[in-house]
Amino acid sequence: MSHLLSWIVFSPLVAGLGILFVPKSKMDWVKWIATGVTGFGFFLGLLVWAQFNPLDTGVQLLEDHAWIPQIGVHYTLGLDGINFPMVILTLLLSFLACIGSFGIQEREKEYYFLYLLLTTGMLGTFLALDLFLFYIFWEVVLVPMYFLIGIWGGPRKEYAAIKFFLYTLAGSLFMLLGILALYFFEAPHTFNMLELGTRTYPLFFQQVIFLAFFFGFAIKVPVWPFHTWLPDAHVEAPTPISVLLAGVLLKMGTYGFFRVSYPILPEAAQWFRPAMAVLAVIGIVYGGFVALAQQDFKKMVAYSSVSHMGFVLLGLAAFTRDGFNGAMLQMFNHGVITGGLFLLVGVLYDRAHTRDLNVFGGLGARMSVYSGILIFFSLASLGLPGLSGFVSEFLCLLGTFPVYRTLTILSLTGIILAATYLLLMIQRVLLGPVNPKWEKLADIDRRELFTLVPLMIPILVVGIYPKLILHYLTPSLSALLTKLGVLIP
Amino acid sequence: MDAVTSLTYFVPELILLGTAFAALLLDLFIPKKEVVGLTGLAGVLAALAFARCPADAYPLFYGFFLLDPFSFFFKVAALLIVAVTLLAFLAYRPRTESVSFPGEFTVLFLFMAFALILMGSSNNLLMIFLSLEFVSVLSYLLTGFLKKDSHSKEAALKYLLFGSVASGTMLYGMSILFGLTGAIDLNVIHESLVSTAVPQGLVLTSLFLILVGLGFKISMAPFHMWAPDVYEGALTPVTAFLTVGPKALGFAVLVRLLHTSFLHLQSEWSAVLVALSILTMTLGNVVAISQTNIKRLLGYSSIAQAGYILMGLAVSNEIGIRGVLVYLIAYAFTNLGAFLCVILVSNHCGTDEIDSYAGLSEKSPFLAFALTVFLLSLAGIPPLAGFIGKFYVFSSAIQGQFITLAVAAALNSAVAAFYYFKVVRLMYLAPAPSREPVAHPAFLLIPLWIALIGTVVMGVFPNLFIQFVERSLIL
Repeated sequence: MSHLLSWIVFSPLVAGLGILFVPKSKMDWVKWIATGVTGFGFFLGLLVWAQFNPLDTGVQLLEDHAWIPQIGVHYTLGLDGINFPMVILTLLLSFLACIGSFGIQEREKEYYFLYLLLTTGMLGTFLALDLFLFYIFWEVVLVPMYFLIGIWGGPRKEYAAIKFFLYTLAGSLFMLLGILALYFFEAPHTFNMLELGTRTYPLFFQQVIFLAFFFGFAIKVPVWPFHTWLPDAHVEAPTPISVLLAGVLLKMGTYGFFRVSYPILPEAAQWFRPAMAVLAVIGIVYGGFVALAQQDFKKMVAYSSVSHMGFVLLGLAAFTRDGFNGAMLQMFNHGVITGGLFLLVGVLYDRAHTRDLNVFGGLGARMSVYSGILIFFSLASLGLPGLSGFVSEFLCLLGTFPVYRTLTILSLTGIILAATYLLLMIQRVLLGPVNPKWEKLADIDRRELFTLVPLMIPILVVGIYPKLILHYLTPSLSALLTKLGVLIP
Repeated sequence: MDAVTSLTYFVPELILLGTAFAALLLDLFIPKKEVVGLTGLAGVLAALAFARCPADAYPLFYGFFLLDPFSFFFKVAALLIVAVTLLAFLAYRPRTESVSFPGEFTVLFLFMAFALILMGSSNNLLMIFLSLEFVSVLSYLLTGFLKKDSHSKEAALKYLLFGSVASGTMLYGMSILFGLTGAIDLNVIHESLVSTAVPQGLVLTSLFLILVGLGFKISMAPFHMWAPDVYEGALTPVTAFLTVGPKALGFAVLVRLLHTSFLHLQSEWSAVLVALSILTMTLGNVVAISQTNIKRLLGYSSIAQAGYILMGLAVSNEIGIRGVLVYLIAYAFTNLGAFLCVILVSNHCGTDEIDSYAGLSEKSPFLAFALTVFLLSLAGIPPLAGFIGKFYVFSSAIQGQFITLAVAAALNSAVAAFYYFKVVRLMYLAPAPSREPVAHPAFLLIPLWIALIGTVVMGVFPNLFIQFVERSLIL
């Protein structure tokens, strides 16, 4: 199949437009169309996997067409070791979250249309190799997300939706200025990221542009102190949307560093390293402490994201092969693990209609399968060796230790905190005497299992044999490190 | 070129005038006013069909008008804008009193189309002033059309007073310029300013006095005060027209004037325009936040949009001037579209309060969707037309290294998104008070679809429009 990447990006959009014309009497079709197309997307992802050559550091499956010739904008999609895991992650999560969306009963047509538009936006962001195109997809993500939180969200949905929107929009506008500055810096003007990466720029220019991009990316990650939109958005969003927010959208920020800031502005990246490392550690520790203080299950998971994404940033700041590998792997793992945790919160909330950790207790006796899965994901999240979370966080720390010894030691607190809040959560929800109020709670059903089990497989497999993913990343990341002027032992 | 030869290049304008008089007569004898409106529309479309893009610059009527690709661009724009407005009128139901339209309106708008075309092709001070006044007088008439409505009367009076002062100031500036150079032709003025030793202070004074008059037309701060009241008081189709038509042509004159007569003083006027651009967009956006009437909200938003367009002119590099034209196309599609939605809603609800948009997505999913697209485009969200316009003016600022301007515009865009989303939020997130479906008259649906398709296509395939703009700027 030629134009495989275009198929991946645009098939959800086409199906989404088709959904708008489904007659009212056949409302059932809508979710099956959406599931079908996201499933098809995942299948295409497997095709890509089969064709992808991990040893090639260049761009594969490249598609390049002139789009707006007057200003040199190209429609460029391509795949390499940096976006390959992100694309697979997005395809997997958007398929599973789509099945997780079956609980949505009102305004289904609009929901699945926006959902598929969001999917196109996310995939496009990861696959675009032209800055103009990248920016367009980046922004396309915002609008459906606003509606998905705003219409189907929780009690404070409107506030959360507009806060998310304005925060990210403000960040991305600065990114747009940065893109333009890069474009005009040198003739021939181009938006091609790979081409821009081969040029050299004066340090001051690099620093200013790095900062402009930093606003855009840091708000998305989110890096402390730009994280305040995250708890609101994650908590208010409906379950499947929280999964995509935490699983995919946050990664767009760190992916931006790998794809744009680092290769195009290497000296500035060097210069900003210490600041990024400090912000990373603040995020790890702060996120952990705040998660510890939460009474709301979903809010706890949301803040744990701040903490876990801090490890990605730490690995990014390390400038070592282990650090980069860890950061990239952590992006993948965090997406899978936190996606699963949000799904689990959703399962509980659908039954109990509350997320207050204090009102539960003893659910282990009532919902045994659920408990097992919850414990599995929690252990993965807190970094139990043998599961994937451990590998990536360990690599991040291993990569950072020779460079920033104190900061690495400080960030270890984050792992202890993670163990604390996750185990406390397990204790409060699953253990102890059964609260009689929850006597009749039904265990997890087959559809929910179907969304969770596919996430457990990569957690286990990557935990035991991380090379499976790492060997796709390493060549591209090593090439990036060479470009950054780091000698690889 | 003498008058008789010129007439052969003047066919569209003659068609407009002929139709205008024919419509005036028809209005007397035909009770069905739709016929008059449709006749006017046919006239505008015929004029459009006869408009030809000239290969070269033709000075018509002894050089009083210039027929060049640039004026052709604005001729097409003016005719399309008037056509859309006429269609909107055919479907518009005024609330307060029954006025006999579209009879008189048709005539006024045909003259308006003629006046706008004159404005776009004026090449000397006299014609600039006359055509500008022609447009202004017609605008006052259109604004004050509801004789018994106090809002409308107030708006018209305000418009007239502000407009007169602005015109007087501009005329004063022109007289100084004429005194310095002894010429009214823009090119001759330029040659004379460059070749002879004229006091630069005086030249700049005259320029800024002229800028007052033109700034009034494009609702540039601090000469924007009339705009919100006029936009609120006028009938909605008139408002739609006023926010787009005279503004676009005001920019046409401004571009021509600054780039012919005052090109050598670019560094001076550029600095002033940067400041005014920042002021205009900031003021428009900040005040728009607290508006509760959709026409006022869009009115202030259109002031802010003028600020963004001014960016391109302030920088005035190659991409900046293109940006002005690209932005104007995007803005015309988007703003007209938004106002067409407003007309439909106000026909339905009988009010222009923003609260009446609550739950519109349930009452009319298509209308809510269309208005959302227009508002997103105004906010500059890709891939819609407004983003392409913003992209161009941002590009020009970055390329010209006007970093303050670029940052101010970026911050402004974030602020603007807030109030555009206020309307979107009501339409989609608030419950509908009633579920009565909104009527969609065909006369409005046609231009609405054109605006919608234009907004989306220009966002996704901007190259078609950019090509047109580049052809218009060849000379």
